[in-house]
Amino acid sequence: MTDYLIKNGFVYDPILGINGDKVDVAIKDGKMADAGDVTNPTIIDATGMTVMAAGVDVHAHVAGPKVNTGRNFRPEDKLFNGTAGSGIKRMEGGFSVPTVFRTAYLYARMGFGFSMEAAMPPLYARHTHEEIRDTPIIDQGALPVFGNNWFVLEYLKENEIENTAAYIAWLLNQTKGYGIKCVNPGGTESWGWGLNCETVDDVVPYFDVTPRQIVSGLIEANEYLGLPHCMHVHGNGLGEPGNYEITLDTLKIAEGFKPQNDFGRDVVLHNTHLQFHCYGGESYSSKFFESKSKEVVDYINSVDNISYDLGVVTLDETTTMTADGPFEHHLSHMNNLKWANTDVELETGSGVVPFIYNPKTFIAGAQWAVGLECGLFIKDPMRAYITTDAPNAGPLCRYPRVYKWLMSAKARDDMLDNTLKYGDRIRERCYIGELDREISLYELAMMTRAGPAKTLGLGHMFGSLKPGLEGDVAVYPYNPETDTDDPEKIEYAFGNAAYLIKGGKLIVKEGEIVDMGNKRTFWVNATVNDNPMVERDISEKFRRYYTVTQNNYAVEGHHYVPNPYVIEVDATK
Amino acid sequence: MAKVILTPTQTPTLFLEAENITPDVFAGKNAAEIAALHGFVGKTTVTLGDYFTVEGAGGQTAADTTVVINGDVSRVKYIGMKMSAGELIVNGNADMYVGGWMTGGRLTVNGDIEAFAGLGMTGGELIVNGNAGNYLGAAYRGDWRGMQGGEIRVSGNAGSDVGTFMRGGTIVVGGNIDVHVGTHMEGGTIIVKGDAKSRVGGQMVKGTIYVYGDIDVMMPGFQYRNDADLEVDGDNGRFALYEGDMGERHPKRKGEVIYGQLYMKY
Amino acid sequence: MAKIVTDVVCPFCGTLCDDLEVALSDDGEEILEVYNACAIGAAKFLHSQAKDRLTRPRMKQEDGSWKEVTYDEAADYTANLLVDAKKPLMYGWSSTNCTAQSTGSEIGEEVGACMDNTATVCHGSTLIAVQDVGVPSATLGEIANRADRVVFWGCNPAHAHPRHMSRYSIYPRGFFTGKGSKSRKMIVVDPRNTDTAKMADVHVQLEQGRDYELLSAIRVAIRGEKLPDVVAGIPKEQIYEIADTLKSGRFTAIFFGMGVTHSLGKNHNIDIAIMVTRDLNDYTKAAIVAMRGHYNVTGSGQVWGWEFGFPFCLDLTRGFARYNPGDSSSNDLLIRDEVDAVFVLGSDPGAHFPVGSVKKIAKLPSVCIDPHITPTSAVSKLHVPVAFVGVEVGGCAYRMDNVPIETRKVVEPPEGMLTDDEFLQLVLTRVRELKGAA
Repeated sequence: MTDYLIKNGFVYDPILGINGDKVDVAIKDGKMADAGDVTNPTIIDATGMTVMAAGVDVHAHVAGPKVNTGRNFRPEDKLFNGTAGSGIKRMEGGFSVPTVFRTAYLYARMGFGFSMEAAMPPLYARHTHEEIRDTPIIDQGALPVFGNNWFVLEYLKENEIENTAAYIAWLLNQTKGYGIKCVNPGGTESWGWGLNCETVDDVVPYFDVTPRQIVSGLIEANEYLGLPHCMHVHGNGLGEPGNYEITLDTLKIAEGFKPQNDFGRDVVLHNTHLQFHCYGGESYSSKFFESKSKEVVDYINSVDNISYDLGVVTLDETTTMTADGPFEHHLSHMNNLKWANTDVELETGSGVVPFIYNPKTFIAGAQWAVGLECGLFIKDPMRAYITTDAPNAGPLCRYPRVYKWLMSAKARDDMLDNTLKYGDRIRERCYIGELDREISLYELAMMTRAGPAKTLGLGHMFGSLKPGLEGDVAVYPYNPETDTDDPEKIEYAFGNAAYLIKGGKLIVKEGEIVDMGNKRTFWVNATVNDNPMVERDISEKFRRYYTVTQNNYAVEGHHYVPNPYVIEVDATK
Repeated sequence: MAKVILTPTQTPTLFLEAENITPDVFAGKNAAEIAALHGFVGKTTVTLGDYFTVEGAGGQTAADTTVVINGDVSRVKYIGMKMSAGELIVNGNADMYVGGWMTGGRLTVNGDIEAFAGLGMTGGELIVNGNAGNYLGAAYRGDWRGMQGGEIRVSGNAGSDVGTFMRGGTIVVGGNIDVHVGTHMEGGTIIVKGDAKSRVGGQMVKGTIYVYGDIDVMMPGFQYRNDADLEVDGDNGRFALYEGDMGERHPKRKGEVIYGQLYMKY
Repeated sequence: MAKIVTDVVCPFCGTLCDDLEVALSDDGEEILEVYNACAIGAAKFLHSQAKDRLTRPRMKQEDGSWKEVTYDEAADYTANLLVDAKKPLMYGWSSTNCTAQSTGSEIGEEVGACMDNTATVCHGSTLIAVQDVGVPSATLGEIANRADRVVFWGCNPAHAHPRHMSRYSIYPRGFFTGKGSKSRKMIVVDPRNTDTAKMADVHVQLEQGRDYELLSAIRVAIRGEKLPDVVAGIPKEQIYEIADTLKSGRFTAIFFGMGVTHSLGKNHNIDIAIMVTRDLNDYTKAAIVAMRGHYNVTGSGQVWGWEFGFPFCLDLTRGFARYNPGDSSSNDLLIRDEVDAVFVLGSDPGAHFPVGSVKKIAKLPSVCIDPHITPTSAVSKLHVPVAFVGVEVGGCAYRMDNVPIETRKVVEPPEGMLTDDEFLQLVLTRVRELKGAA
């Protein structure tokens, strides 16, 4: 295997405390190494460029049934934007919901090495893994959804944590899943009857359990098992004006829980796409709507066991997709566009609706502001990660644009003054006008690699250039000494990595993709004590209520997960 | 105004895709440069010169360029696609996507055209002195934004799915029209001077359809309102106004519900 | 003692039953009996055992007779045919697994093909409708557990999907439907008095070809607006009653089939049926599901979705994927003389396409990859028999509700026979050699 020495770049690594120093970065046998330990390496000249560990995406919708629904039901998302294959690259297509090949190439061009698929319906796990398998280059994992699962609802109604944990361990194994995702707890099951759970204390019909019990129980089960990632929640009331109180109620459920794991993770709850959960006021009109990002982030700043990602609105025409079935139904009534919905037996639901965040409307501009505020109010950037909840708040390809807005007050002012029709009104109703903070490259490295790696329990593999970690390095054509004059240079550089090395393989060379890498699927195999009751419940549910047999449920490794990376967790003690 | 004359020299064995035949692309180019422009037959790349003789030259801009095709191009697709200005005249029949996504200028076909003409059109004039196929002035698959502006005039008959998801502009069909007229229409005007078969204005939200002749089967969601004497496209007559589709959602303006309007001539 | 293989997945229709049991001979080589399957499914398994089965590729000679060739020769012919063509059509892809579909995509991309699956003559109109208005849907188990109103519109599961009603839609005693068929009201809308219609609580016998009007009328009735006295041959009183029945249920499921997908208006019929479902969700819960035919036509659309972004009618000739049924659809391509070679795998256009299209196939260089001798293989220049997916080789298939299930290998294929994917791999390798040489 070729060793590499990346020389003369400006290096940013918050784990090693390197802040823009010119340090040589070395990769030996596929892992990060001391510069002195490589012999006869291939030299990469990073003079005038920025060097970081490869990016880690904590939350994106890039593979699986609802993503593919988004592709197949939106031919117009691909009109006139296809790219022919060339060299080793397959043909590409799609703007807001790119094909698997474009997804992989986009991530590579943005210098990313790992992406977490944010919601996997267990019954469709095979589909999710087929797409993950066919997405080259990047390592991926997928989070099965648990927040509306009948087993979980029944066990948590009685606060049976051990049974919940045993079921979770079984399901992670069956679906080759990575951790616990919880979407609109209880609300999506209610949607099975056309209803919803609008607060954390609404009772789920028939199951007689509340979102509060579900969130609390899943956190507890997560720590009982000691999973690498924490409970990953998309709370109730997404997108609703006034929902910040529900968000605070949800976050406060984490009070008193301490992380129990061997992976260096120090939070127990990850609140995804916080932007959608920080709204005040009682409608979307500029008279009533207001940002409550400060109130929510202030609370998060006051505790130490919660992380979140931003979900920044990028003001594009995009495709929304979530396991929050009732929300998508609601959305389809707001914009009258096509609506796909799939309720999944015993487990979950989902919806998909195209959406245009029109910069000429007040509310889209306000959402844009709230998302950025969520990134600018954070005290410890190791707990706030940059996402667009791709493609919900914006397409994957827009990450570099979000970096530009976070890193440049000038770029934000330009938006408020020139692009957004209601810039002044947005300054009044949101906090964006008061914030002159500019995220530094060092903080960017926390918010896009070191932080997400840590919260995923992958800090021992990704997010830093520390010797022994995976040989994942990105080199961006951005000179922190001379390129600060124009924020557009940020957007260009972080969308056009000059080099990406992934697992010690050179993937991007001088801006061109030259290798499809050695893609792995990460999943967590948690071992628990034998639990005959849960085993019996499982076989009973399959016999009576599932339409596939129990023996046809498991995702077989050989075919769907041909190159697994299994993280073993022992919860038998 | 500069003029470019294309004369077909051979019929493509399969079909020629020639989205480069527009005043926009021809502007600023001489005959040799135009002849060297690419077209596609299946997976092979060809030049316009392989299929046409080229005379004249483009003007400085699209607006001062006229393109004339003298001859049958019924196996050539995408003529005038995305044109924004100037003039394009086809003296013969043409295939699919004539004037697809056009934004301006004038495109005249003296002959018949196939499906998907004026797809997603936002401006300009598309004049067909002949018959048109299906999906005239409709939306591309999946798009909720069909024809949004400009004018399409067909002297003869038109096929099915005319004006699907139409949101603006005008379509005038001199002859008869096949099923599904203005389905999902949300604006704009369709005038059918001959007969229509069925499914006129199905799922219509807003907009106006005039039918001079008969409609074989009316949609159940249209309700008679009143008679009106109107001048429509230069023709005077008495029309019965129906509103619908009552099964579809409708917006409100100043507290009043806005329906799609279907006028049938007595 | 016969050996029993359990949890076998039936590779026939989109119902994709996964509870079959297959009895094998002691040596495990022969299928003796198939349990739990419908008659069609059982026949598919037993058919693979036919003694006179074709096991080697064969080329048609000048005189119309067939000559046996090797798989390598067959792959060479196929690769040359695809590489030489300016615009080859690669059609079928519905009776095979996702692995073969994926390898086929690589070939199609290499040779710049138009690729299409059997949806083009089946539920393609559904896919178009979904692109226009979306689709509120649910898995079949969700319907089994919750639905108390079940509508079959233009479909006849009693014959086409024989176990559908017992497994998913009418008879199961689900979590919230403990009384089975007694928990449900069954409505069949069909101009014919089919065997399914005979079982219904309500049979709405509309005029042929007036589905769009009747569905529109139901939307009008759901909104409480005025209707004409009769629509599609159905009196308005009955239409209001249908609307009330659908609205008053706790969960309404609508299934539809070829009776509406390919009658007058095609995609518009599905579009408006979806809109009825969407409307119902303002009052109660409702879902709509297409009764997909071939057992993995759905998978073909899924694989192409994640690889190219479109579920059928792909035009890859320009190096990137384009899509527009009416232009890039198989029958339009054939009838308009737009393609110059035809490759068929996992379908039988010879039996399902209009005769005008079949004549075009017969005139063009053509290859048919199919375990059976079919009308398509009969008109093709090369016929490549392969192993039966779901019987002799496993692989993923997608049920009509898009749920992916891994089919099982039950017995070995006859000695020396290749699977779809193995043959396609040979073709892909040869295509790359030819392109490298060019």
